[in-house]
Amino acid sequence: MTPFIAHLSTTVSAPQAPTWVRLTELGAAVLFVLALKGLSSPKSARRGNLLGALGAGVATVVIFFYGTEYYGEGLTNLKGNLPFILGAITIGSLIGWIAAKRVQMTQMPQMVALFNGVGGGAAAVVSVVEFSAPTASESKAALAATVFTVLVGAVSFSGSILTFMKLQELMTSRPVVLPLGRYITSLAGIGTIAAAVLLVANPTNTLLYVLLGMSLLMGLLLVLPVGGADVPIVISLLNAFTGLSVAASGYVLGNTLLIVAGTLVGASGTLLTRMMAAAMGRPLTNTLFGAFTAKAITSTGTTEDRPVKSASPDDVAIMLSYARKVIIVPGYGLAVAQAQNTIRELVELLSAKGIQVDYAIHPVAGRMPGHMNVLLAEANVPYDQLKEMEEINPEFAEADVALVVGANDVVNPAARDDKTAPIYGMPILNVDQAGQVVFLKRSMRPGFAGIENELLFDPKTSLLFGDAKETLTKVVSAVKGL
Amino acid sequence: MDAISLLTIFILSIFVGIEVVSKVSAVLHTPLMSGANAIHGVVLVGAILVTGQSDQYSLGFFLGLGAIVLAAINMVGGFVVTDRMLEMFKPKPAKKDEA
Repeated sequence: MTPFIAHLSTTVSAPQAPTWVRLTELGAAVLFVLALKGLSSPKSARRGNLLGALGAGVATVVIFFYGTEYYGEGLTNLKGNLPFILGAITIGSLIGWIAAKRVQMTQMPQMVALFNGVGGGAAAVVSVVEFSAPTASESKAALAATVFTVLVGAVSFSGSILTFMKLQELMTSRPVVLPLGRYITSLAGIGTIAAAVLLVANPTNTLLYVLLGMSLLMGLLLVLPVGGADVPIVISLLNAFTGLSVAASGYVLGNTLLIVAGTLVGASGTLLTRMMAAAMGRPLTNTLFGAFTAKAITSTGTTEDRPVKSASPDDVAIMLSYARKVIIVPGYGLAVAQAQNTIRELVELLSAKGIQVDYAIHPVAGRMPGHMNVLLAEANVPYDQLKEMEEINPEFAEADVALVVGANDVVNPAARDDKTAPIYGMPILNVDQAGQVVFLKRSMRPGFAGIENELLFDPKTSLLFGDAKETLTKVVSAVKGL
Repeated sequence: MDAISLLTIFILSIFVGIEVVSKVSAVLHTPLMSGANAIHGVVLVGAILVTGQSDQYSLGFFLGLGAIVLAAINMVGGFVVTDRMLEMFKPKPAKKDEA
């Protein structure tokens, strides 16, 4: 057997496409770079996304002009598969289009997870087919890339589907720790890597299916122990995984555009994941494996009985109307109740009374970083009222009332004070420094992370129970009546 | 193209990928993730290539068609949902533009 390094200089099965096709593909690669660049700034974001779509569209069209050279003699018209291929593209596009148009903005994170999962699945399947093809490259480097695509693509697929189920609440959103979970995961990890190495050394179909199965299992095991607010970080990580797996499939197929596009997504996705983890104040390893070490979450049984101060909509209306400065803290509960428009109406009323009102947006408010901005923008809340955490935190001490609507974990002082709390270290909004705190909540249930919030029992805290939209509507009419 | 050239492209793309998103504001984390997610839907191209090489009604043919459907969902759905998110960020007339 030739040493591995010798294979690096051998030619990968290279498609012989006409020059104009390859130049067009270069253009598509440039469009992808411009798309990511555009998406980084609010002014150019939408155009950036459209440039990306243009690049993807162009790439999809020109692939049909690769010509017969690539497929060898006599293989014109893609072996007669063209109508099937076009049909499959149409079906997939329709499903994607309809799903994306119909999804509610509150459910958008799980939609992205699902789209990412099917992309990873597609990359894995492409490599499985290429592996079994008679024209498959003999080079070990190409073989290693194939194995990498199958492994990472399958992990991304099963992991994303599980993430989707968690966010869609088809299963618990809490961390699920299997008995001896840490050992099972480690063993499965070692087994998967062993299967991958064996497959490169001795390529057989049986081993390939073993690897595929192990990788799917690995994706589940990785995501199961991740809970609550950490789920979005995992989506971002799996997104980067899919990117890398697409890049590797590009290597297998000798397609430069796939390498560039996949790597761009892999690299930018990795950085983005780290930025998100930083916004949560937790290292990435903590996000992924934290549940194995965190102490069991205390049951709510004992704390339920502790006294809390509940208020009526009228009380809240009076409190707000006679304040000088009010800070609104919107959370996912607000979005679920579709109360964005009601809260905007309340803020407009209060502003008309000369009260200074701001929204405090935690970086991970909602289900994903930036999600709350999207949801409030949908309700026509002006940007200049939305204040980011660093900007608003010093202002809580001057605020007379902090109105927390459907948020919990992002205002939980345990993140600051309780070293044993699973969310310890996550930066929070300093709501506890405001003169008075009002929580609009459906129930005493803890938030997404499943942790009790001491602030609810604070003497300066009032609770107004009920659906956020209904209670806010009552508060609005009470304010109008004053 | 030989493997070293492909490796070169790979390594340089890593740096470009990191560089282009290094200054993104937290507000845009979600749309950026979603847009990047749509871009890797370009694996559709790979799915078309392998399906085109497979004999009709072989296992590879059906797997390839499945991959095409999945990749097309990823690509089309990804760009459309990102556009829906970003539609809301467009500056509104008569209101102050974002700082």
